[in-house]
Amino acid sequence: MPLLEVRNLHVCVEGREILHGLDLTVNAGEAHAIMGPNGSGKSTLGHVITGKPGYQVTAGQILFKGEDLLALAPDQRAAKGIFLAFQYPVEIPGVTTMNFLRTALNAQRKARGQSGYSTPHFLKKARTVAKQLNIPQSMLKRGVNVGFSGGEKKRNEILQMALFEPSMCILDEIDSGLDIDALRIVAEGINAMRSQDRSMIMITHYQRLLNYVVPDVVNVMSKGRVVKSGDKQLALELEASGYAQFENAA
Amino acid sequence: MDLVLAKAMPEDKANAERAADNVFAAARGRLPGVGRIADIRARAFEAYERVGLPHRRVEEWKYTDLRVLMRDVLLLADTPDASALRRAQAAVQQAAFKGAIKLVLVDGVFVPSLSDVAKLGKGVIVRTLREVLESSASDAMAGLVLSTTADAMISLNTAMATDGVVVTITEGTALRRPLHVIHVATASAASHFTRSYLHLDDRAQGTVLESFVAAESAGGYQANNVKIVLVGNQAGLSHLRVRADAPDAANISSEIIAVGSRAKLNLFDMARGGAVSRYQDFITLAGKEAELSMNGVNLLMEKQHADTTLVVDHAAPHCVSRQNFRAVADGAGRSVFQGRIIARPDAQKTDAKMTMRVLLLSDQAEADNKPELEIFADDVNCSHGATSGGLDESLLFYLGARGLSENDAQALLIRAFLGEAIEGIANDNLRDFATAQTDHWLKARR
Ligand SMILES: Nc1ncnc2c1ncn2[C@@H]1O[C@H](COP(=O)(O)OP(=O)(O)OP(=O)(O)O)[C@@H](O)[C@H]1O
Ligand SMILES: [Mg+2]
Repeated sequence: MPLLEVRNLHVCVEGREILHGLDLTVNAGEAHAIMGPNGSGKSTLGHVITGKPGYQVTAGQILFKGEDLLALAPDQRAAKGIFLAFQYPVEIPGVTTMNFLRTALNAQRKARGQSGYSTPHFLKKARTVAKQLNIPQSMLKRGVNVGFSGGEKKRNEILQMALFEPSMCILDEIDSGLDIDALRIVAEGINAMRSQDRSMIMITHYQRLLNYVVPDVVNVMSKGRVVKSGDKQLALELEASGYAQFENAA
Repeated sequence: MDLVLAKAMPEDKANAERAADNVFAAARGRLPGVGRIADIRARAFEAYERVGLPHRRVEEWKYTDLRVLMRDVLLLADTPDASALRRAQAAVQQAAFKGAIKLVLVDGVFVPSLSDVAKLGKGVIVRTLREVLESSASDAMAGLVLSTTADAMISLNTAMATDGVVVTITEGTALRRPLHVIHVATASAASHFTRSYLHLDDRAQGTVLESFVAAESAGGYQANNVKIVLVGNQAGLSHLRVRADAPDAANISSEIIAVGSRAKLNLFDMARGGAVSRYQDFITLAGKEAELSMNGVNLLMEKQHADTTLVVDHAAPHCVSRQNFRAVADGAGRSVFQGRIIARPDAQKTDAKMTMRVLLLSDQAEADNKPELEIFADDVNCSHGATSGGLDESLLFYLGARGLSENDAQALLIRAFLGEAIEGIANDNLRDFATAQTDHWLKARR
């Protein structure tokens, strides 16, 4: 059984259809790339998989380990192991990053029937992961993403992924806004988490992330559908020739 | 008398007046003070009667129409009996701030057996209002019941106050333990009136808490309390108030405060109960270089109505005032904030800032914010801001996607919102106390 299966997904926002029958199958352990022009619906797909309000699914299914995801609230999906690294992480003033991380992790654990982490245990874990991602301790004491640079916000997303250990990771333009060193650190963070039962979907515009995190499958999205899937060669072809050849296919 | 209103609802008005008249007449025998004090009471009641309960055409009460919200003034609660005191004791235990010296008023009557008067240290004097008004020197004490504003609810309190605490912290004394004035309501469908005094002499320092709570099964009562606070030159007062009244009670709290030169006042007020509550505070920064930090939160659900009305009067130069108020309104809750900053002609270099923000958690919740500046000095820095709005949906989704249930996500964001006001409490233990009170409310909201 695939880890994630999206079948004939039609999605409307404010009465306008944005996804027009999208199909995508991600098997356990696979790393997928999704590439496609601006506005083709990549972020929309990530939002619908994670349950963001405001989207109407008018047809189709999303199955996670064979279970219908659409019936679940966002927090229930998170507890089942679905994670989205946001293209635009939000700022939450007045909630320290540490408090947020611990509250979120323990909420997920509780929903899975696991015991919560004690404060010392959690602190140790969070500090270790932060260090690997080159995130200074002082950042963890600040409000969530408040005053973080674009690159710091992205690293904070990866920090959460590393702490929560989800099985389906959707990374929406995790490479945007990262400097050369940060991109390498983030990519190492992603690679360190790859395993047989964890899958990745990397939404990206650029080959450079895929040089570090080599995808098993590259999917091209255009106008709300996956119009072509192939191996890592496909990304290189796109880099050379652009999306023009797929515009008609959609 | 408001003629238009009298014509519009002659019967209601007449009934309300008759009820109020009965209230004073019925209570008279129990009100401490004779001679001049009794005269002051009678005149105060006349002053109240002339206008009656404040209503929407009284400018200061425009958003809090007590004729609609309270209808009329209930009869004075009986003096608490043994069973009332037992119920009060349980409520006191729950409300008490750890390590504080308790001063307990039950249904408007000071109760020594529930208080810790014996534990008062040197340099702090506590008497009851009744004691002071009944003492031989009571004429000299007449000032204690004189109203200093024309507010009808304060006049009514002047007429009806049965008791209160009269606290003096003597010159240079630093209070070692906080005082905690706890008002407990045990009677239902009755009113109580207290008037208290807090006087910090020059260079005195102290922490005073004040709580309003209901004993089990008490409800529908009306609490009207007035407190007069004098903070002497170079004195320092931390004052935290929590109004956790029964959900169907009314609480009208008035404070008249004067702050001396180079004195520091750190104030915090919270309402997390009561169907109708009004906190009106008239603060005069009377001496130069006085500093006022004043914050508060109102927590509303169902049909609760909470009104915070502040007048900060800068009467001396070089004073600083900071006010940061927050309200959270769920259900059909209604939040009212009125804040006026006055800078008198002499108050050069006034530095005043007032912020009020309301978080509306439902479509039926409502907020009225009315900030005002009255500036008569030319070299001042005064500002105010008022906003209201709902929780940010994109933050709620982010938290949801990280595993927080909708309720937990809301609670986290509400705590962060309130934190902006609670942070203003200078003392760590007091801040924790205030935070625990908000947690109470958040739990009840589920
Ligand atoms: N809430 C919304 N209201 C209206 N239109 C929306 C909304 N969300 C998305 N859309 C529209 O849906 C389309 C797809 O948007 P989406 O963000 O999914 O694109 P994307 O592929 O992620 O683009 P990019 O590469 O620029 O990030 C766009 O035309 C966008 O304007
Ligand atoms: Mg996008």
